[in-house]
Amino acid sequence: MAAMTKALPRRLVGLASLRAVSTSSMDALPKRVKIVEVGPRDGLQNEKNIVSTPLKIKLIDMLSEAGLSVIEATSFVSPKWVPQMADHAEVLKGIQKFPGITYPVLTPNLKGFEAAVAAGAKEVAIFGAASELFTKKNINCSMEESFQRFDAILKAAQSANISVRGYVSCVLGCPYEGKISPAKVAEVTKKLYSMGCYEISLGDTIGVGTPGIMKDMLSAVMQEVPPAALAVHCHDTYGQALANTLMALQMGVSVVDSSVAGLGGCPYAQGASGNLATEDLVYMLEGLGIHTGVNLQKLLEAGNFICQALNRKTSSKVAQATCKL
Amino acid sequence: MGNVPSAVKHCLSYQQLLREHLWIGDSVAGALDPAQISVLINLHCFQPYVCGFSVSLAGSVACIHWETSQLSGLPEFVKIVEVGPRDGLQNEKVIVPTDIKIEFINRLSQTGLSVIEVTSFVSPRWVPQMADHTEVMKGIHQYPGVRYPVLTPNLQGFHRAVAAGATEISVFGAASESFSKKNINCSIEESMGKFEEVVKSARHMNIPARGYVSCALGCPYEGIITPQKVTEVSKRLYSMGCYEISLGDTIGVGTPGSMKRMLESVMKEIPLGALAVHCHDTYGQALANILTALQMGINVVDSAVSGLGGCPYAKGASGNVATEDLIYMLNGLGLNTGVNLYKVMEAGDFICKAVNKTTNSKVAQASFRA
Repeated sequence: MAAMTKALPRRLVGLASLRAVSTSSMDALPKRVKIVEVGPRDGLQNEKNIVSTPLKIKLIDMLSEAGLSVIEATSFVSPKWVPQMADHAEVLKGIQKFPGITYPVLTPNLKGFEAAVAAGAKEVAIFGAASELFTKKNINCSMEESFQRFDAILKAAQSANISVRGYVSCVLGCPYEGKISPAKVAEVTKKLYSMGCYEISLGDTIGVGTPGIMKDMLSAVMQEVPPAALAVHCHDTYGQALANTLMALQMGVSVVDSSVAGLGGCPYAQGASGNLATEDLVYMLEGLGIHTGVNLQKLLEAGNFICQALNRKTSSKVAQATCKL
Repeated sequence: MGNVPSAVKHCLSYQQLLREHLWIGDSVAGALDPAQISVLINLHCFQPYVCGFSVSLAGSVACIHWETSQLSGLPEFVKIVEVGPRDGLQNEKVIVPTDIKIEFINRLSQTGLSVIEVTSFVSPRWVPQMADHTEVMKGIHQYPGVRYPVLTPNLQGFHRAVAAGATEISVFGAASESFSKKNINCSIEESMGKFEEVVKSARHMNIPARGYVSCALGCPYEGIITPQKVTEVSKRLYSMGCYEISLGDTIGVGTPGSMKRMLESVMKEIPLGALAVHCHDTYGQALANILTALQMGINVVDSAVSGLGGCPYAKGASGNVATEDLIYMLNGLGLNTGVNLYKVMEAGDFICKAVNKTTNSKVAQASFRA
């Protein structure tokens, strides 16, 4: 035990700079935050029980009514890899498309992109990573090859006037490589941005990050890409998601991804939780006086609905606290 | 070793990894590495894979991601006050046998925690879980360097506590008149009178007294609580002789903004070094609120191993912030706590089995095989 505690480096910092950080950082919080709801895609993708198409459509419709302005509907990936998303075309065609709400879909390659467009997609998302090993294991190619694939999609999307959102996975750590340097994240983010992605979502895929690491990573990325084009996507595997998100807000990020009911587990840590719960995020933002446009009550209803459909308990603490047993 | 979670078995080689990998050895020797130091020891014993250091243990690789960062302006050292045996167990339905409580506290004493709140000298009629307060206090092993405060709501409880060997006590105030009436059946003013008796007696006997202020960020009966009220009550407790005031978000309704406003008010009257925060995770806000408090200079944080305890005001809701998750954040921030995360997880695993519940700690959930 003694050896272990001594191993932690001591940080000798003064208290004086603390107060400057605290008061200015709170005052610098954005007035509005755009929440990107990834429950129907990232959330459901990591749930064992397959949800039927009508229930998926109902979930997305309920989320639309809750006031969310971006709802990631599905993923045009091969059903062989992600059985949960096998009904991607039916879901996209079946949902109500409310005015003012966008419904991006994941498109890992040109084939998926074309299928998405045929099914009516107006916005797509591509998934990069800041880790070579993760890229190999996750999409079976090198980072360089993945950029080539994305380039094809971005060019096609540009021709068709379709917006593309970029994701960078493993920004605060990788299950295979371990530590990921902020410089690497900045490099990948810059690449996706310069290729034409309007927004880059920086994902702490395995939830290992803590606020200091988040700050270091964002500091590096913000030197290359404007804050307004950035989003954070925190997983709550180690309970750090909301604290990490708060740090990101203090750094000037104003777009946050989350998943209703904290849907989704973590394929890298058996039994662990997944995404940050949208309800808990909204609770914090409302408490901070930050505008989200989301109706928490309706959101809770959507969460309750999908948890019943999945036969599981919610991972949202707000939902747990407000639900009468 | 039979009952040790498989993840923790892998962690037993952590010491070896530290010795083998020189960059950790360098910091042990005192040479600070200004760059980020990361040790990838992954507790995700999901499948064998290659990571930074190939350690193979029983067919799978054990790793923990241990990053430190340069987040400046935070306190150098954070004292964790472990309230699991008292605040945690108090809110658990299952009555834990005395010997289990003692074993639990003894295990916590070996984790590096320097303050462990043991029990409450309250009437068993009100808190049946704490009926064995005297036996627990007498039965635990009091490790050198560890303090074992106990709650003493009145003079009678105080005298019993001292007779049982207590060397530190706590008194529990509230920033809400309604909460005070419902919880301890008297007004704030009357409660202060009782506490003054206790604290004066304690000081007379050279026994330190810690003060708690409940409902610092909201009350289940009154709703919003003004920062001024919290300041007023905190000041009363501080001036009567409490060496530290723990500001409690009793129902977990606070958010970083309300935490900041409350602390700004209290810090005008009470020195920073005498303040602590006690956040409940009922709405998932605890760590974000604690981060805010740290950014404001607070360096004492209460937590409960495994996030023990529910919330008597919100059925089904969670309770205290989990010590494991707190340590994870503090470690990641490069802050010293002196606490061994693995040993805390082991203690958490022990008490969860005893209480027959799954842990509320996300770190523990991610680290142990389901």
